[in-house]
Amino acid sequence: MDNMLKIYNCGVNDFKNVPCLDILKFRQLIIEQVNSGLRIATLFAMSADKLVCVLADDTNGSLYILSSRVSKSYPSLTPACPQAHLFEREIAEQFSIIPQGHPWLKPVRFPDSSLIGITDYFKITGSEIHEVAVGPVHAGIIEPGHFRFQCNGENVFHLEISLGYQHRGIEKAIRNGEQKRLIHYMETLAGDTTIGHSLAYSQIIESLSNCYIPARANIIRAIALELERLANHTGDLGALAGDIGYLPTASFCGRIRGDILNMTAVFCGNRFGRGLISPGGTNYDIENSHISELKQRLKTTLKDVSGAVNLLWETPSVLDRFDDTGVLTQKDCIDLGVVGVAARACGLERDARFNFASGAYQFSQIPISTWETGDVFARAYVRWVEIQRSINFIENELDNLPDGQIHSKVSALPANKIAVSLVEGFRGEICHTAITGNNGEFLHYKIVDPSFHNWMALAVAMRNQQISDFPLCNKSFNFSYCGHDL
Amino acid sequence: MLKALAARIKQGYRTYPFPKKEPSLPERFKGRPVIFNSKCNGCNKCISVCPTDAIIVNGGKIMLDMGRCIFCGKCQQVCQEKAIVFSREYSLAAGKREDLLLKGQVFKSAGSLKADMLKIFGRSLKLRQVSAGGCNACEADTNVLSTLTYDLGRFGVQFVASPRHADGLFITGPVTANMKLALKKTYDAIPSPKIVIAVGVCAISGGIYSGHPEQTNGADNSVPVDLYIPGCPPNPYTILDGILRLLGVRS
Repeated sequence: MDNMLKIYNCGVNDFKNVPCLDILKFRQLIIEQVNSGLRIATLFAMSADKLVCVLADDTNGSLYILSSRVSKSYPSLTPACPQAHLFEREIAEQFSIIPQGHPWLKPVRFPDSSLIGITDYFKITGSEIHEVAVGPVHAGIIEPGHFRFQCNGENVFHLEISLGYQHRGIEKAIRNGEQKRLIHYMETLAGDTTIGHSLAYSQIIESLSNCYIPARANIIRAIALELERLANHTGDLGALAGDIGYLPTASFCGRIRGDILNMTAVFCGNRFGRGLISPGGTNYDIENSHISELKQRLKTTLKDVSGAVNLLWETPSVLDRFDDTGVLTQKDCIDLGVVGVAARACGLERDARFNFASGAYQFSQIPISTWETGDVFARAYVRWVEIQRSINFIENELDNLPDGQIHSKVSALPANKIAVSLVEGFRGEICHTAITGNNGEFLHYKIVDPSFHNWMALAVAMRNQQISDFPLCNKSFNFSYCGHDL
Repeated sequence: MLKALAARIKQGYRTYPFPKKEPSLPERFKGRPVIFNSKCNGCNKCISVCPTDAIIVNGGKIMLDMGRCIFCGKCQQVCQEKAIVFSREYSLAAGKREDLLLKGQVFKSAGSLKADMLKIFGRSLKLRQVSAGGCNACEADTNVLSTLTYDLGRFGVQFVASPRHADGLFITGPVTANMKLALKKTYDAIPSPKIVIAVGVCAISGGIYSGHPEQTNGADNSVPVDLYIPGCPPNPYTILDGILRLLGVRS
């Protein structure tokens, strides 16, 4: 481990301490470490000649940073390390550094809009093969993306996912120094993950400026993060029921999800938690009157959501559709570096709240919820277990909310540092990395939404499935388009 | 089956009697900003903190463009004179872009469709939603309109899967360069006469992404817009109120 800089979540170090390796050694080391159980948390180019990688060790909460000089091209990691595939495509797209030998070197976000959706889609030919193209505009109120299926009858041989329709240039705007909009960019990287991303960003600023966060603020943040998880998991279970035509749970959960969003609005005024979190703490306090109201509402929610969701597990026609549909094997999950609910539903203990605990999670642990089967059922059931544990967590935290301030002063950012921040959003691990320049400005700011790791998992899980099961499989993962496209 | 029925009974009747009864919005909800020109001391602090350049002060007169405002409330925080105050008024929709430019305490709400259009769409309006960039929060708060609480269907309004089945387009997001063509194609596929609703600050002006070269500063640079619903994202009641005003159900 001499060739890597070890830090912990929310750790900060001088950027010059990050080992800069020869590109072949850099490549070899990442492949070796991933083979021995680490995974790529982020891999990016910060300029046309510099690569940076952060590896995560789920077993001991360590993060390892390494970097390399590169010119124009280098031998691709992907053939030996599939989880690098999208990172390498992004590096090629943003900085024209070519990963030679990459088996799937296609655009990620189509920065040239005249070429949107135009790429050499994988094609299967044969007299009984047909192609189905879906999107970018989908049938429901959903974000845009293009899906292309190679089918034999109802059977899907291959699904290719081509995104970029939501690309709105956030990373570039951050690098260009848009100060006033920074926190709002973070809140809207993925609107349903407002708390997750604004928290990851705030942790970056706080670790860089060595800012101490009041305990009360840390707990309010964790409550908001768990409410965000609750709302989305509940909505997802309802939508899963809707996709198989089981309307009772679909109707109930849709309504309950809104009630949970309204709980966040009780203390912050906004259903998505806009304006709640800022570097230094939180902008709104949870008053005593809110505590009793929230506890009352949580009690009702648990009752309502149990009644709605338990119907799923008791209805044979639901289980018939959920079981063995869209299976992601644990091996594929490990190879692809999948995070979040999708990984835990394959039996992998990947949860940044536990493995890379920060803030309130350092003191109040939520056990990791896993299921072994990797199918739609597993992804649904893991959500249900997490819903119950989140409610339990919020109730405990509300009972033990310490007195004190909710905001500390944040000082100017120091020069030439690197900081990494991980947050377990409702979809999975959010990773923000910042490198500051000579004046403390962001030389580079890299955002990895969990969906960036995970989209390929949906494509793999669809192999040999019925095409009619696609909406169900898609919803069971529920990845973010805007979080991917940035 | 019996369990499903029992659950149905326990869940109860949940549709809120809107618009007969006003919704109860949270205490800290930020609704329509109200401007008190007489209180302005011309310090321009509000202008300097606004992330989307929504505020103009000219000769002691404040103008706040709700079509650019993301309702972050920073102007209210820095204004010691309380010349800009966010009220809890959730009704924000306007029929014309210029009506979103607030100059004082008066606001011209969206009116209903013209009589001939109202005759066609007044009792049944099918909308095709297109997400054209943005962050998926407007989409989330649009989706809830079809849940039991809001029950959009009781007003004859429904989101449909095909533009061919639609009477209008419901646009969210700033219209990214990458979505411009798809949006235009969807608009063209809707039979005339048709209406267009721009929902959320992104769809009105590009919002927090305004000025980025990757997007096109709002829907009306691509298609003609009949109803603007501001907010970031708009509260579901704000969206519902806008649609009902367009249909002449509220005024």
